[in-house]
Amino acid sequence: MLAGLFTGGLYALLGLGLSLTWGLLRVINLANFALAFLGAYLTYQLATALGLDPMLTLVVIVPAFFLVGIVLEEGFLRLRIDELTSLIVTFGLTVILESLIQWIWTADFRRLESPYARVSLRLGPLFVGLGGLLAFVAAALLTLATWAWLRWSYLGKAARASAQDGPMAGAFGVNRRRLALLLAGLSSAYAAVAGLFIALNHTLAPSQIYSWIGVVFAAVIIGRLGNALGLLAASVFIAASEALTMAVTAPGWAPLVSFTLLIVILLLRPEL
Amino acid sequence: MSTRLSTLGLVVAALVLALVPALKLPAFYESFLYLVFFWISLATSWNILSGYAGYFSFGHAAFFGAGVYTTATLTTAFNVPFLLSLPAAGLVAALLGSVIAAVVFRVRGVRGELFGLLTLAVTFVLSTIALNTRLDGGPGVFLAAVPVPTLLGAPATTLYHLALAVAFLAMFAALAIYRSRWGMGLFAIRDDEDVAEVLGVPTYRYKLVAFALSCFIAGLIGGIHAMFVTYVTVAEIFAVGLAVDAIMMAALGGTRFWYGPALGAVIITTLTQSLTGGESAVLNRALIGAVLIAVIVFLPNGVAGGLQRRFRRAAHASVSIVAAIEAPPSPAREASAPLLGCVDVKKAFRGLQALAGVTLEVRAGEILGLIGPNGSGKSTLINVVSGYYRVDGGRIVLDGRDIARVRAHRIAGLGLARTYQIPRSFHRLSVLDNVALAAMFGGDHGRAAGRSLARSWLAFTGLEARADALPGELNLLERKFLDLARALASEPRLVLLDEVLSGLTPAQMTDALRLVRRIRDRGTTVVFVEHIMRAVLDLADRVVVLSGGQVIAEGLPRQVMRDPDVVRAYLGKAYA
Repeated sequence: MLAGLFTGGLYALLGLGLSLTWGLLRVINLANFALAFLGAYLTYQLATALGLDPMLTLVVIVPAFFLVGIVLEEGFLRLRIDELTSLIVTFGLTVILESLIQWIWTADFRRLESPYARVSLRLGPLFVGLGGLLAFVAAALLTLATWAWLRWSYLGKAARASAQDGPMAGAFGVNRRRLALLLAGLSSAYAAVAGLFIALNHTLAPSQIYSWIGVVFAAVIIGRLGNALGLLAASVFIAASEALTMAVTAPGWAPLVSFTLLIVILLLRPEL
Repeated sequence: MSTRLSTLGLVVAALVLALVPALKLPAFYESFLYLVFFWISLATSWNILSGYAGYFSFGHAAFFGAGVYTTATLTTAFNVPFLLSLPAAGLVAALLGSVIAAVVFRVRGVRGELFGLLTLAVTFVLSTIALNTRLDGGPGVFLAAVPVPTLLGAPATTLYHLALAVAFLAMFAALAIYRSRWGMGLFAIRDDEDVAEVLGVPTYRYKLVAFALSCFIAGLIGGIHAMFVTYVTVAEIFAVGLAVDAIMMAALGGTRFWYGPALGAVIITTLTQSLTGGESAVLNRALIGAVLIAVIVFLPNGVAGGLQRRFRRAAHASVSIVAAIEAPPSPAREASAPLLGCVDVKKAFRGLQALAGVTLEVRAGEILGLIGPNGSGKSTLINVVSGYYRVDGGRIVLDGRDIARVRAHRIAGLGLARTYQIPRSFHRLSVLDNVALAAMFGGDHGRAAGRSLARSWLAFTGLEARADALPGELNLLERKFLDLARALASEPRLVLLDEVLSGLTPAQMTDALRLVRRIRDRGTTVVFVEHIMRAVLDLADRVVVLSGGQVIAEGLPRQVMRDPDVVRAYLGKAYA
């Protein structure tokens, strides 16, 4: 169950950017997953080649990704891309990023050796991997902060207002362009954080980009678009139910739970 | 290109390609062409639902996979001959698709990207089931020992011919649907499904059958492909990437064209095959990603759309429109018998009682004005009568038949049409096709008859010069008249006009008033919702006043306008 909690943290980190851009900017950013892996590989590279602490790599990678997000959104805005087109375009981006990763780091499996992967903490009778624990703590902090920011700050309210009725929010003095760029930058930065924890806790291969797409989409939709807190709850719920399925039946059945859940929820409450 | 010419082209191409193996070319060419056929089948079958009707499915791999595993299981575990397993492969996929469609298409909200995600989830569910049951169980299925019959040459040639046959079938089906009422209905669904339903398009049935056919073809090619690769694994067959490749090809070629997906399939397969090998394979994939982005952004209608635009521009100058002036004749009818009756009709939205028991009667041949303050339930009444909303209680009788719980397209078939307060046109269909669609589904005409009727309706509403324009190019008056022409083309006995006059200049209003009177003179009964009192006084034979979801007055216009209740609730001062 605890393992489920930690996996849920990673789902939430991966889903945060997706949920924000989809819910507030109407961009379904499939490239979010490829960006997270690019972040993971960059962490790996910086940590192994320069011997940096993986956590320190965030100082470089997060601002860089923030910029990448802004550039992407600028392109989307210029070309007036709608939801469905955004899905196809970002799929194209995903393929390009995957090829790029494969070209630089080859298709071989890479594993980052770091102290975080080796250390376990004792919580009562349980041993907890430090990397997983940190991923969950980061996910909880970021989702809570994002949720609070959207709910209470002026910018957060402006973002939600723009999502509901863009021109009207614009008429009330919201600078929608800058707000969109900020949100896209943030979402991309979240992908960088997710990338760090992928590098810490998982083996890297370019094809792995696609492995979490389904589960994370399920979490984003079940948690309601643009709702960070809902996303966290849904991620933990899905991960826990997966862990439970694995414990009760064969591990192979795990995906059935999240996807059946996704289908049922889409059919019962289709309005997003 | 006419249908017959296109069909002929398809048949000739298929026959020529069928002869290729006889040339004894190196095996590479045959397997390359096999892959082309394979992708044509997948992309074209995907397009039949997803391109035409706009329901983007990311789950094509699921139905393809159902076919693959049907053949794999039947031939290895049950010793069924390969050829006999193929129909089963198609049918299993079609059945699966129908069951999913029957459930999914009943939920109004599952459209666009939500439908895409749902089909994506279906892929994962099926792959999990295959992986964990005896269908596959993990290690994959070997089909190398299954004999392939030799029809016209070596076993590989048999597979070549089978794939060619499926590709031909897929393209032929896509063409036939494209040219039919069905195809027109699917296009309308893509642009505005609710309006299509109200115009008489049986949306549920159309989507369901299109989905089933799309799955059938995917399953069929899946069965063949199982034998082509001889070793199938869940990871390779139920791959989301496979669905996305098919989507990409269709989008590249043009989803609005029957030959678009095939064009895309040929381009992409040729690109990948010619660039494969060694170091460049990786960059090659990146190139495809870049091509995909460029096409979506710069050629939203695909390569076929780009080609057709050039072709059209050249042809356009020589075409002139000969418009009929006379409106089509309409059946004569007796006067002042009740045509529509509402008895105690109720409709609530959560706590808000929009219609609190409305009882009224519309007589055949009259013009009835429906007035009342904002929020009094006028538009809700129109939505309820036309079948867009389902009533909570009460009876609605159209010509002796209770239609309160009848689906919108059937109500349309009984002779009811409507316009919208804010005009809603099918924005990717030409003005002519917008109207032709209504004629085809309302009057039960074929495509050609529908178009010629549509021309006369455009003449009737003064839009004949704009027949080839897209609705987006029209001004507000023209779009309102397009809405009207569309409603009239379905040959209704009763037409409901929702604020046709609002937003028009005084001169335009005079035109519109004259038009409404001409509609009635043809024998069509008119109910119109309006706020402009001058028009109501001028036009209506009788007036019904709604307030707070109830009828507070009805009678002759001048009488009603002096009614103290009406003055208090709505007018503020007495008119007339």
